[in-house]
Amino acid sequence: MRFLSNLINGLGLGSVYAIIALGYTMVYGIAKMLNFAHGDVIMIGAYVAFFALTRFAVPLPLGILAAVVCCTVLGVVIERLAYKPLRQASSLAVLITAIGVSYFLQNGAQLLWSASPKMFPSIISSGAIELGGLSISYLTLITIATCIVVMVCLTLFINRTRTGSAMRACSEDKGASMLMGINVNQIISITFAIGSGLAAIASVLLCANYPTVTPTLGSMPGIKAFTAAVFGGIGSIPGALLGGLLLGIIEILSKAYISTQLSDVIVFGVLIIVLLVKPAGLLGKNIREKV
Amino acid sequence: MLKVENLKVRYGMIEAIKGISFEVRDGEIVTLIGANGAGKTTTMHAISGLIKAAEGSISLDGKELTKIPAHKIVGLGLAQVPEGRRVFAQQTVEENLILGAYLRRDQGAIAKDIEDVYQTFPRLGERRTQLAGTLSGGEQQMLAMGRALMAKPSILLLDEPSMGLSPLLVSEIFQIIEEINKKGTTILLVEQNAKRALSIADRAYVLETGRITLDGTGEGLARDERVRKAYLGG
Repeated sequence: MRFLSNLINGLGLGSVYAIIALGYTMVYGIAKMLNFAHGDVIMIGAYVAFFALTRFAVPLPLGILAAVVCCTVLGVVIERLAYKPLRQASSLAVLITAIGVSYFLQNGAQLLWSASPKMFPSIISSGAIELGGLSISYLTLITIATCIVVMVCLTLFINRTRTGSAMRACSEDKGASMLMGINVNQIISITFAIGSGLAAIASVLLCANYPTVTPTLGSMPGIKAFTAAVFGGIGSIPGALLGGLLLGIIEILSKAYISTQLSDVIVFGVLIIVLLVKPAGLLGKNIREKV
Repeated sequence: MLKVENLKVRYGMIEAIKGISFEVRDGEIVTLIGANGAGKTTTMHAISGLIKAAEGSISLDGKELTKIPAHKIVGLGLAQVPEGRRVFAQQTVEENLILGAYLRRDQGAIAKDIEDVYQTFPRLGERRTQLAGTLSGGEQQMLAMGRALMAKPSILLLDEPSMGLSPLLVSEIFQIIEEINKKGTTILLVEQNAKRALSIADRAYVLETGRITLDGTGEGLARDERVRKAYLGG
């Protein structure tokens, strides 16, 4: 029973990682770049939600909406200003720029809101559901449910809509996509918008679980989610889900049964082993093409 | 219809296209032949806007294309079947065709045109739910052509449609190109297979290291001593 409850908590944490990992994996799939500022977009989302809920005392849905809108705009602006001018540049230049954007956001937040932590208000009642001796908190349930809804919506969007199909085309071949009349720059913008909007949702879930808001709040979840994306196979949406969930479960189980201090070592150790065996990640694309 | 004047394209310091001029008139099949590295694909990419022209002009029905972004050119009625086919391997045959009609909003007509493509290429119809990456080279070529036709172009650019195909398939593809032309689509064809290309072309240009060195009717060039020596094996 204890094991089961740890497993469910792992799924809860993994759901947050998965939602963040989607942002990494979608941007990588389409723009072929690692957006290391993604974690800091989460941090901005957390501050927006914090101020909306405390200073302006708006109801929770409005607070979440404010975070989503701000992050979406921020993501698109970052792409336009920092990454778009580097479309033809080497991937190393883009990577360094992304790290630069990350520092810019962190230090900007520190300048605006100081480094002292702010307490995120409790937004979800602390109750739990009892299921035959098993107790699952509402927060965990809501987190997992959110992840499921996000995955279903995103999968439908990618597979069933015209824009989704254009996104898949761009991820395969940008030149051929342009020949179809697809505006590749616009598709990249949309990708950043979706990824950053998801980051905002993740930020609220994250703060509901760990209610301290600081300018570096996004770094660790960002790195973990990036790991999850690589773990599952970067560029693959089901891979981000699988990687996120597995990472969350491994982290919680190692904390519960092995050691709290060593849990991150174990998480990254598993990543290294998986990449040694399957370099493209668990669900990484291994396309054979006939010529 | 399509007019290229003094076109120059550079890759960094290297000038790949050194000022070429040619034109394709309404209803024609025009072919650009030449050896590997002559600049045929570069010319095609420049027309479709995938590469920027360094100098010169490309105009379609009087409209200057060099200033228009690549994704808007197909909307003007110019579609390209790129070298190496470049189908979307992880999407199905049908999804590829729908992407070909990306800029069109007439759903009913799109559905009808997909059926037309299946009529022209029955093998695609049999494989409509299959991923494009699992098709054979010949089928992928047909899909790339069908996909380009879905844009309802007035001029179709074909870059090396015969590449890597068996002689039997090459005949089939060339027959279809002629059929497409008869139905009213102007064709600009780039080929290494000069013999076949000249046999269906109204007019032809010979491209050599970034320059047009010869031009004439398809028949005329096929008889030309220099062309025979260089491209038709004596």
